[in-house]
Amino acid sequence: MDIHEYQAKEILARFGVATPKGALAYSPEQAAYRAREIGGKLWVVKAQVHTGGRGKAGGVKLCRSEDDVMDAADDLLGKKLVTHQSGPAGKIVGRLYIEGGVAIAKELYLGFVLDRKSERVMVVASSEGGMEIEEIAAEKPQSIVKVSVEPAVGMQAFQAREIAFALGLKPSQIQSAVNALMGCYRAFEELDATMLEINPLIVTEDDHVMALDAKMTFDDNALFRHPAVAELRDKSQEDPRETHANDRGLSYVGLTGKIGCIVNGAGLAMATMDMIKLAGGEPANFLDIGGGATPERVAKAFKLVTMDKNVEAILVNIFAGINRCDWVAEGVVQALEKSPAGVPVIVRLAGTHVEEGRRILARSGLPIIRANTLAEAAERAVAAWKNNANTVGLKVVNA
Amino acid sequence: MSILLDRTTPVLVQGITGKIGSFHAKEMREYGTNIVGGVTPGKGGTVIDGLPVFDTMKEAVEKTRATASIVFVPPPFAADSIMEAADANVRLCVAITDGIPSQDMIRVKRYMRRYRAENRMRLIGPNCAGVISPGKAMMGIMPGNIYLPGNVGIVGRSGTLGYEAAAQMMELGIGVSTSVGIGGDPINGSSFKDILELFEADPGTHAVVMIGEIGGPQEAEAAEYIRDNMTKPVIAYVAGLSAPKGRKMGHAGAIIQAFGEGASEKVELLRDVGVAIAPTPAEIGSTAQKVLKAA
Repeated sequence: MDIHEYQAKEILARFGVATPKGALAYSPEQAAYRAREIGGKLWVVKAQVHTGGRGKAGGVKLCRSEDDVMDAADDLLGKKLVTHQSGPAGKIVGRLYIEGGVAIAKELYLGFVLDRKSERVMVVASSEGGMEIEEIAAEKPQSIVKVSVEPAVGMQAFQAREIAFALGLKPSQIQSAVNALMGCYRAFEELDATMLEINPLIVTEDDHVMALDAKMTFDDNALFRHPAVAELRDKSQEDPRETHANDRGLSYVGLTGKIGCIVNGAGLAMATMDMIKLAGGEPANFLDIGGGATPERVAKAFKLVTMDKNVEAILVNIFAGINRCDWVAEGVVQALEKSPAGVPVIVRLAGTHVEEGRRILARSGLPIIRANTLAEAAERAVAAWKNNANTVGLKVVNA
Repeated sequence: MSILLDRTTPVLVQGITGKIGSFHAKEMREYGTNIVGGVTPGKGGTVIDGLPVFDTMKEAVEKTRATASIVFVPPPFAADSIMEAADANVRLCVAITDGIPSQDMIRVKRYMRRYRAENRMRLIGPNCAGVISPGKAMMGIMPGNIYLPGNVGIVGRSGTLGYEAAAQMMELGIGVSTSVGIGGDPINGSSFKDILELFEADPGTHAVVMIGEIGGPQEAEAAEYIRDNMTKPVIAYVAGLSAPKGRKMGHAGAIIQAFGEGASEKVELLRDVGVAIAPTPAEIGSTAQKVLKAA
């Protein structure tokens, strides 16, 4: 789960990481009021969106008067911000963070990740802040410092000092940098984060080390023990289809193709998408209804996939194990009888009691296109989609 | 022959009194697995389906002489159960549970390193379908009837895609020595390489089908191992060709975060070291057949 910059900064401040003075605003008037509260002569108005690349996309505005702040807020609120990381749909700006300007002497990069290779928390830092880490790695790889944390004891102060010195900080700046590093690590570890990125981490002209930006992602599997973090979820930043699925316990990723997929198991779901692509189509979604594939889940999945107006055909691919095919077939039939999909439906069943499952589909009299193998299913789905796209309102016959 | 598990392996079920644990304990027994008991803290001394239940793993191992355990404990408590198994000196632990926090898994793996390599428990999973040695025994949740006994090993992250491969192979008369699901989590007990090593050493395995997916460094690590050490042919498929970058595809670990973690990059690495690549997921069985005929 992702959270906003201002939320990440609130968390980090609780762990002793310094941040510039700032406050949240939901309207231009509030933004100007916040600017006055913060004081000073320079403010930054920052769009709060769950995506990177905000600055380049015009989501961060430097302001020199309260009027400027009001104008910037007026311009940003309600806007769809499309960045190179957000995808073409962009992210809607519903909240702004108003921050006091600070005199920056140096910009650094600081990141914490779960490194899958070493199976540890890895700290990544660079003296080249402000650039994205991929760019730093490509252009200034020698500036990157990596430190791996021993899980039994956690990060130690000497490791934070090593990083600070390696970044070229002066002795007068080291203690402030160690506080920032240790605070970030404790927040990461205690709250089950999977990613924490501070870019830039700045050194001010008076030798303070501060988080100027903050991005945090949390382990969905650990939210059960962090209810306060779970409450920070902002559904306005999610694809509404994904929110709907998520709230119903389905694993869904919205894509841009025309063929909806309903599959049990993540690997088989990915393979089904691959197969559609190789057969000349594009999947509209990833959807894993769980290894079990109960009839209730099948029904929920149909509802979800038909919500997507882009969907012009639906491919159901279920490999039934413990839950037998006949049971899954009943679920498909019930779901379609209750609310017809309105687009061609291709069903491929495999596994336990497959013959009985296929008989149930055939007997139902519903316009279901049946397929026996994965390849056949994908080919028929792509053909049905192309046919359907050519003849709107086509009556679908049994294959 | 088979790896990890055979008809005689005495197995404990952690979480045996739960709905899922008791159901699968029965399924595994019917398949032929030597289930010797179970553990649920607080239910010690009771009996479920004729099997003794114990409060702790240590007591269960002492009384039953079990050498393996399978974990059906819910995610908040699963890491603790895996460490309990490691401390009770079990040789093999298969964790089925999906949804264990990553930092818990980091702690589990650190904890397991307290034991010398020769005494260290082998962990399979979590978030996996388990292990099956067809015709002998299974520790998992897979449908046993789709596996033909034979001499091709299967190792994969996904449960149902593994079933798909096994069913395609059965259709062509290709049997399986052992099939191992290593699970879809970012931090798991055994990697592709760990299982390839076991298959390479097993005289009953003549070739290996490997089913990878997007995310993480384990397919690349496997490619290096295959290049340097593997004498048996390997057939591979990597799922997620059409997966966008930065999106989690169901499995907690199926996410492209860095260069080299996409399906096509992994396919290239594997092809370069001589692995036979199944061009589509529908051709895993037929690719294996071609390789076996050529061998």
